[in-house]
Amino acid sequence: MDYLVETKNITKRFGGLTAVNKVSFGVEAGEIVAVLGDNGAGKSTLIKMISGVHQPDGGQIFFQGKEVDIHSPMDALSMGIETIYQDLALAENMNVYSNIFLGREKTKKAWGIFDVLDSQYMYDESLGVLDKLNIKIPSLRNNVRTLSGGQRQAVAISRSIYWNAKFLIMDEPTAALGVAQQHLVLDLVKSLKDHGLGIIIISHQMHDVFAVADRLIVMRRGEKVGDLKKEETNPDEVVNLIVGSESVV
Amino acid sequence: MTHTISETLQGNRKLAFIARNWAAFFLLGFLILFSFTGKGFLSITNFQNVGHLAVIAILMASAETFVIITSGIDLSVGFVMGFASVTAGKIIQVLYAAGEGLSPGISIGIGIVIVLILSLIPGLVSGVLIARYKVPPFIATMGMWGITNGIALKICKGFPVATLPDALTRIGNGYLIYFKPGEGLSFFGLPPGVGNESIREYIRLIPNSFIFVALVLLVLWHLLRNTTFGQHTYAIGGNEEAAVRAGIDVKRHLIKIYVLSSFIAGLAGIFNIFQTGIGNFTPFGAMYELFAVAAVVIGGASLMGGKGRIFGSVIGVFLIAFLENGLLISGVVPFYRFIAVGLLLIIAVVIDQLFPDLL
Repeated sequence: MDYLVETKNITKRFGGLTAVNKVSFGVEAGEIVAVLGDNGAGKSTLIKMISGVHQPDGGQIFFQGKEVDIHSPMDALSMGIETIYQDLALAENMNVYSNIFLGREKTKKAWGIFDVLDSQYMYDESLGVLDKLNIKIPSLRNNVRTLSGGQRQAVAISRSIYWNAKFLIMDEPTAALGVAQQHLVLDLVKSLKDHGLGIIIISHQMHDVFAVADRLIVMRRGEKVGDLKKEETNPDEVVNLIVGSESVV
Repeated sequence: MTHTISETLQGNRKLAFIARNWAAFFLLGFLILFSFTGKGFLSITNFQNVGHLAVIAILMASAETFVIITSGIDLSVGFVMGFASVTAGKIIQVLYAAGEGLSPGISIGIGIVIVLILSLIPGLVSGVLIARYKVPPFIATMGMWGITNGIALKICKGFPVATLPDALTRIGNGYLIYFKPGEGLSFFGLPPGVGNESIREYIRLIPNSFIFVALVLLVLWHLLRNTTFGQHTYAIGGNEEAAVRAGIDVKRHLIKIYVLSSFIAGLAGIFNIFQTGIGNFTPFGAMYELFAVAAVVIGGASLMGGKGRIFGSVIGVFLIAFLENGLLISGVVPFYRFIAVGLLLIIAVVIDQLFPDLL
């Protein structure tokens, strides 16, 4: 089986503490994998080695079948590994299409000399990607500050999609959202599968996990203690794995 | 769905428009008020004078606009201007040598070029301190505030630099159009054969300084509104972390911002010698930087960053300038100006708090 992203015996130590101990797992294209675990179980550290925030002390990371070294978040981004952060990484004082094109603005020549922003192009392209993902935003010229939490998540996700993300890492995507907003985001995440993306979701909300994930990985004390297909498990078993009264590898 | 203030305001576009442009409405109100209370206030001569005298404040405020949008502050602009003015004065004085040396045009040209290059340095230093060494902008630019002032005073030994070519003030205080009904019309100077003593008989329109400041403003407005540079400036002020993650070189951009601010202050110093004919150091009580910050905030920017417009800052400058002029012409003692500016600042901040979504 070909994984889009795969780790083999990946390890991270902070001083004497082994935060992640020889964890191997993989995510296929078009698959949503949820990573679960109690606080301090090592799930954030595991994810941050893939997003380039931490460098592993041992083990290997493979992306599209090739072994890769990810030294920084920029490395990860240039490969197409995008992280959607809780605090969203949007400039709230700017409008929707400016955010989608932030740092990669499209310019055109005015009178053949000056580089000016091509707002119409950025507007049209942004509208295109939002339509493709079936996201409804009142007006792309509104500042992001005027959008709801779910809409902001949607903008952040569509930005990654527009810039050809192949692999999305989502840290608590539904935290701090209302119920309707949670549905909006979860529906969007599910629809991303059809675009061939691999997705990792870190979540505390068992409901979310069972709603969208294809597979569940449970971490405890830095080790992988469970790797289960959603159809073959249930919330009780997962909770037992998290708290440590069972082990299924 | 929650209702934010913006959504409420969208239902009431008129209110949003007024809240966003309150400073312009205040300005209009004051212009009308002073037209009744001040004799001679409502005249082309007076308006041109106010504008001419506001040029330096406009330059300072536009420089400060860029800095404040990134949520920084530049306290050095006033003294960078003084440094530029005395340095340019000194260079031109030495080259021109009271008519014995180079021609006025060449002396002035060399002085301008050297000083504009030198004026990049204070901004480069503060920018590097702020961006690379994480020195708070307040402290970094306060350092340059002292250093540039000290160097300026050292260069001019505490006296303005005089005996410069007359061409300076002829250009700096000249007009585009000179017009006398029935007699004639000329550009950039009185018609040939007409002596300077009869200058008051001529209607003078559009000071050269307006053309200069309009060009500078056009460039800065374009830079902030239509370019990638402007977008990144707003992004850094709105969410620096987001700007970093979007791949913007935030450190480099911040250095550019302080260099730009310093350069515009240098430009103000150059204008200063054209306006007065001498190289002036900046007196301690002038507080150019604080009035610039006040104008920018009155013009709708937020010290928290991410917000501000060149046009708004210019309105802020004019609001302060016309208040001063109008109160004076109406016979009100000048220190009320400070009270008025203080009140306007408070209004500006309250409006910013009440309508945080306005941009």
